[in-house]
Amino acid sequence: MNPNARLAARFAALKTENRPALVSYVTAGDPDMATSQRILDGLPAAGVDVIELGMPFSDPMADGPAIQKAALRALKEGQTQAKTLEMVRAFREKDTTTPIVLMGYYNPIYRYGVDRFLTDAARAGVDGLIVVDIPPEHDDELCQPAAQHGIDFIRLATPTTDTKRLPKVLGNASGFVYYVSVAGVTGGSAPTPEKLERSVSNLREHTKLPIAVGFGIRTPEQAAIIGRFSDAVVVGSALVDCIEHAATPDEAVKGVHDLARDLAESIRECREVSEPQVS
Amino acid sequence: MNQPAIQPDINGLFGQFGGRFVAETLMPLILELQAEYDTAKDDPEFQRQLAYFQSDYVGRPNPLYFAERLTEHFGGAKIYLKREELNHTGAHKINNCIGQVLLAKRMGKKRIIAETGAGMHGVATATVAARFGLPCVIYMGSTDIERQQPNVFRMKLLGAEVIPVTSGTGTLKDAMNEALRDWVTNVDDTFYIIGTVAGPHPYPAMVRDFQAVIGHETRAQMQEKEGRLPDSLVACIGGGSNAMGLFHPFLNDASVEMIGVEAGGKGVESGQHAASLNGGAPGVLHGNRTYLLQDEDGQIIDAHSISAGLDYPGIGPEHAWLHEQGRVEYVSATDDEALEAFQTCCRLEGIIPALESAHALAEVAKRAPKLPSDHLMVVNLSGRGDKDMMSVAHYLGEKFK
Repeated sequence: MNPNARLAARFAALKTENRPALVSYVTAGDPDMATSQRILDGLPAAGVDVIELGMPFSDPMADGPAIQKAALRALKEGQTQAKTLEMVRAFREKDTTTPIVLMGYYNPIYRYGVDRFLTDAARAGVDGLIVVDIPPEHDDELCQPAAQHGIDFIRLATPTTDTKRLPKVLGNASGFVYYVSVAGVTGGSAPTPEKLERSVSNLREHTKLPIAVGFGIRTPEQAAIIGRFSDAVVVGSALVDCIEHAATPDEAVKGVHDLARDLAESIRECREVSEPQVS
Repeated sequence: MNQPAIQPDINGLFGQFGGRFVAETLMPLILELQAEYDTAKDDPEFQRQLAYFQSDYVGRPNPLYFAERLTEHFGGAKIYLKREELNHTGAHKINNCIGQVLLAKRMGKKRIIAETGAGMHGVATATVAARFGLPCVIYMGSTDIERQQPNVFRMKLLGAEVIPVTSGTGTLKDAMNEALRDWVTNVDDTFYIIGTVAGPHPYPAMVRDFQAVIGHETRAQMQEKEGRLPDSLVACIGGGSNAMGLFHPFLNDASVEMIGVEAGGKGVESGQHAASLNGGAPGVLHGNRTYLLQDEDGQIIDAHSISAGLDYPGIGPEHAWLHEQGRVEYVSATDDEALEAFQTCCRLEGIIPALESAHALAEVAKRAPKLPSDHLMVVNLSGRGDKDMMSVAHYLGEKFK
C-alpha cells in the first residue's frame, strides 16, 4: 500500500528485536530552522526510531504550554509549511530509513492545498501524518487522499473512545495507532501503568497495527514501564522543554539528544529486565 | 432564489462549511451532546422550561420599537429596533445560555465553562450558572480583561472564576483555545457553553436555534404593527449569533433582504479589522470550517475592532455558507463609523447601544436614507452600551473636554 513503507519496515524490525520504538516529538523550526535541522538530523544517532515533527500552528488547542510555546518560537522565526517540508527533504539526503511523521493541525495543510501538500510531502520523504483536529467523520478530507499518496494517516485513540466507536476510529488508520494516555492536552500528567496496560490490550483486540502510547511521558523510567506493553513510546513536551531551557542553540541540540539517548537506552532494555520477573 | 435545503447535514456541514473538526477526545462528547439536543428539541417539557425562563427570567418578548427619531433623521426607510439590549444581562447572549444550561442540567453535568471576548457571553454564562447552582469558569483574554473591567467584576460577583488567558494574543480566539483545553481535560463532568454560532457541530445549529427566538418574535411583532413582513434586516456580526437569530426564521422569505455587518476596524484595506468574510479566506479553526483571518501559511491573524465582542478572526459557518449562496449580504463598518452611529443613537433615541450593535446602526446610516418611507427595516439592537463607557470615553475623550 505504502511505496515507502518505512513505518512498516521499522516496526517489523523492532518486533524481531523485541523492543519498543522510541518516538520523539519536536516542533519544526524551534528554536530556529537551522538549529531545528541539527536537532532533527541527530535524532536517529541518539536512538530515536520514529520521528514526529510538529508543524507549528498559531492556535494549537490540543497542546499544553510547552508545545504551544515551541510553535510560537518557530513561527516567530519565520517557520512555514514549505520550510518544514524542506527540513524533511534535507534529512532524507542523509537518512533513508528512519520514518518521519508530521504532526499538527489541519488549517496550515488546508491553506497550502491538500493535494499540493500531499504531493510535496511524499516527495520530501514524509511517511505519515497525525492531524489532531480531523476525526474519522471527516476521513474524506485528508486521510483518504493521504493514502493515495502513499502517506500513512495515524489515528489517535483516547480514553474517551469507547469500544463502540473504535472500529470507526481504526477503519482507515494506517502506520500505527497513537493511544493518547490521558484526556487532556500534551504535557499533562500520565495515568497509572496498570490502567494504561488495560487500555492498550483492549485496543489490541481491535487492531493489528503497532500501538504507540503518548501524552505525559517524560522520563526514561516512565518510558521503560510503558514500553513493556506498548509497541512505541512517544516523548514530546520533555524534549521540547530542553529547547526552551537551553541558553544557546548548541545547548538545545545537546539537551534534546542527551534526553533522547537516555530514553532510548532505557526502553532498549525494558523488556529484558521484565522477562525474568515474568518467567 | 432557491429555498435553502435543511442545514446542516448529518455531519454538521452547511455546504462545505461547519463540520466537527475536533480532537478525538472530544468526539464522543459532542456526539452525545448532539443526541441529547436532538431529543430535547422535541421534548415538550424542555421547551416549556425554556419558554418559562425566556419570559420570567430573561424578560422576553422584548419590544420591536419604532425608532421614530432615527427614521426622521435618516429620512428614508422606516426603522425598527429589536430591543435585545433590554434582556436580562443586557444583550442577546442570555437567550443561548439559558438553552444550554438547561441542556447541561439534563445531561447531569456538574461544571460550566465558557470563553468570552467583551464579557457579555461570560456575564450571561455566569448568570445562568448562578441561577442553576453550577460552578463556572470563564476564560477571558488578558487584553480583553483590561478593556472590559466592569464585566470582569460582574462575573466575579455572580460567583464565576475568571481565568486570564495570556497565551497567543490574549483575546477571544485564545480564550476559546483555552476553554477547549479545559474541556478536553475535564470531559466527564464539564459542559462548554459556546457563545456564538461557531464551534463543532451541533453548536452552530444549536446556538442558532436558541437565538432564533429573536427572529420569531420580530416576525410576529411586525405582523401586528404593520401587517406584513419586514423588507430588510440588519445585524452586526462577530461570530454571528445575534444576526443568525434574527435572520434564520426569514431565510425562506425571498422578499426579506438581510445584511450582516462585520467589524471593519481601521478599514478592511488596512489589514486591521475583524471582517472574516470581507477580508478572510476559508479555513479550519475551533472545530469548524469557515472564513478566517489568516496569512498565506494558514496561521491565524489577530482581529481588530473597537468592539471586543466582534474581535474574532472567524465567523459562524452558516454565515459563510449564506455568503457563498448570496442569500445574505455581508458588509463592514469601521470603528469610526460605529462610533458615529453610537452617538447618533444615544442622542436621538435615548438608547445607548453596545459598540457591537452600533456597527449595525452604521450600516443603517448608509442604507436607510436611500430607501423609500414604506421600506420596513429591522435593526437588531443586540446589546446595551454600559460596558463600553470606558472605551468610548477613551476614543471620544478629546471631544468631551
